[in-house]
Amino acid sequence: MSQTITKKLMLFFPKCECEKPIIYHLVKDHNLIVNVFRAKVTPEEEGYLALDVTGTEEDIEKGMDFVKTFNVSINTTGKGIIVDEEQCTHCGHCITHCPTGALHIADMVTREVVYSEAKCIECMGCIRVCPYNACASAF
Amino acid sequence: MKTYEQINNRIESGKAVVLTADEIIDYVEKKGLATAAKEVDVVTTATFGPMCSSGCVLNFGHSKPKIRMSEAWVQDVLVYTGLAAVDVYLGATQLRHNDPANMDHPGEFRYGGAHVMEDLVAGKALQLFALSYGTDCYPLREIRTYFTINDLNQAIMLNPRNCYQNYNVAVNDSDRTIYTYMGTLEPKRKNANYCSAGQLSPLLNDPYYETIGVGTRVWIAGAHGHVYAEGTQHAGGGSRNDQGIPKGGSGTLALTADMKQMSKEFVRGTSFRGYGVSLALGVGIPIPILNEDVLKRTCISDREILAPVVDYSNEYPQNTGKVLSYVNYEQLRTGEIEVEGKKIAVGSLSSYYKALEIAHLLADEIKRGDFRLTEPIAYLKKDTKMKPLVAREKPS
Ligand code: SF4
Ligand code: SF4
Repeated sequence: MSQTITKKLMLFFPKCECEKPIIYHLVKDHNLIVNVFRAKVTPEEEGYLALDVTGTEEDIEKGMDFVKTFNVSINTTGKGIIVDEEQCTHCGHCITHCPTGALHIADMVTREVVYSEAKCIECMGCIRVCPYNACASAF
Repeated sequence: MKTYEQINNRIESGKAVVLTADEIIDYVEKKGLATAAKEVDVVTTATFGPMCSSGCVLNFGHSKPKIRMSEAWVQDVLVYTGLAAVDVYLGATQLRHNDPANMDHPGEFRYGGAHVMEDLVAGKALQLFALSYGTDCYPLREIRTYFTINDLNQAIMLNPRNCYQNYNVAVNDSDRTIYTYMGTLEPKRKNANYCSAGQLSPLLNDPYYETIGVGTRVWIAGAHGHVYAEGTQHAGGGSRNDQGIPKGGSGTLALTADMKQMSKEFVRGTSFRGYGVSLALGVGIPIPILNEDVLKRTCISDREILAPVVDYSNEYPQNTGKVLSYVNYEQLRTGEIEVEGKKIAVGSLSSYYKALEIAHLLADEIKRGDFRLTEPIAYLKKDTKMKPLVAREKPS
C-alpha cells in the first residue's frame, strides 16, 4: 500500500453547492480520512470549510478531482487563519493561548514569533488575544 | 572618565564605539570593565510595548471663516479641545464614538485614539468633525473635513508616562478568565504575562537616573525627541535589589517628539480584549559611557532583574500591594515560571524583537553621526514614592 499523506485544505462553497454531501463522498468513495477544523455558513448561504484530508496521494488527487466537478473552489494552501507578518510585532502574547505551538518563538535570541501553518487547528485563540490585530480568519 | 562633549566629538568624527545593551554584557565580560569603559562611548537601550499614557497635540490651522473648536472628533474619536481655537489633544486610550466598550463583555475595542495615531503617522487621510458655539472672532460653528499629517501645522506626540523602569508579571488567581491591560489571563494561574524589555530596557540600564533625565534626547519611533519631565507616577524611591535595580514599577519618563518624523511600524494601536485601547510605542535611549560605574550598570542581564508576580483578579484591582513572589526575566523568557510550586506558561506584551531592532537602529544612527547625545538639564528624583488617591468625605 502506498504511503498516506495529510493535506490541509480550505474549501469555498458558493450558495448553490452548499447542500450537496460532498464530504460524505470524499470519505465513502475516495477512502479519505477527513478532519474538519472549522466550518461556516454565511447569511448569504455561502459555505467555508477548513479541513485536513488524509489518504494516499492518488486518493487525495481523485477526491480533489471529484470536488472540482462541483462549483467549489479549493485552496490547497489551506490558510483559514492568516497571521500578517507586517502587523505582527513578535510580542508573544499569543504564545500561551495557542494550544498546538503553531505560533511559537523560533529564535531565543531575537525572540521572533513564527506561525507554522501546518500545526494550526484553527481554534481562533490568537485572533481573540492578539492586541495588534495581526491574526485574522479567512472566513 | 569621559564628558558628553568628548563623546559627541567622537560621534561627529564617525569614530564612536556604540554597542547595544545586550551586546555590552559579553563585551565587558571579555575586555574587563576598565578597558571597556575607555573603548565604549555609547550603549543603546530600547523598548517596544503598550504605553497607555500617550497622546498628541495637533494643530489644524484656520478654516475660512475661522472656528474655535469646542468639541471635536478625529475618525469619530473624541479629542480634547480645552486649548486654543484649533489645537486639540488626542489621547491614546480614547474609544471611538459609539464603541460598545464592555457592554457585550469582553469588548473588542477595535479602534481608538492609538489607532488614530498609527493612521496619522502612516499618512492616511483622516476625518475631522468639529463643533463650536461661535464667537465674533470665530464665527464658524461646524466643520467636517479630511486631512493627513502633512496638512497639519504640528503633530507633536506628548506622552505623560512612558518607559516604566520595571513592571509586574500578571496572573489570575480567580476561577474565571479575566481581561486586563496585561492581556487575557486564564483562571487559576494558567498563564502569566509580563511587559518589559528587561536587559534592553532604558531605565533598567540606568537605575539611578545618572544619564537619563529631563532634556535627554531620545529616539521615539524614528523621530528625535526628548524627555520633557519625569513621567507621571515616577517613584524613584521604591525597593531595589543588591544591584540597585528596582523590584517594581519605579521610574517613568514623559516623552515628546515630532510625529512627522516617525515611522509607522513603531507607533501601533493595540486592542486589549475586555479592557480597551492602548498605544504600543518604540523608544530608544542612548546611555553615554561617562565612567566605569555607568558602564557597569548597563551590563545588567535578564537574570539579575526581578519582577513582582501579582494577582490581577483581586490584589491589583483592590490595591492591596500584595506580591506573590519575584521572578527574573531570564526565567520569564523561557516561557515558563514556577510560583508557589505551580508551573505557569508565560507570554509577553512588550516585544523584545522590536526592542532589539530599535537598539540596533539607534546604534547605527549614532555610528553614522546622525544622533547626538545631550546632558540632562534636570535629574529625575530618586527618593519619591507613589501616593494613593484617598476617598475623603470632607475636605481636610
Ligand atoms: S500576539 Fe499578535 S503581534 Fe503578538 S506575537 Fe502573536 S501574532 Fe504577533
Ligand atoms: S488559530 Fe489556534 S492553533 Fe491556530 S495559530 Fe491561532 S491559536 Fe494557534
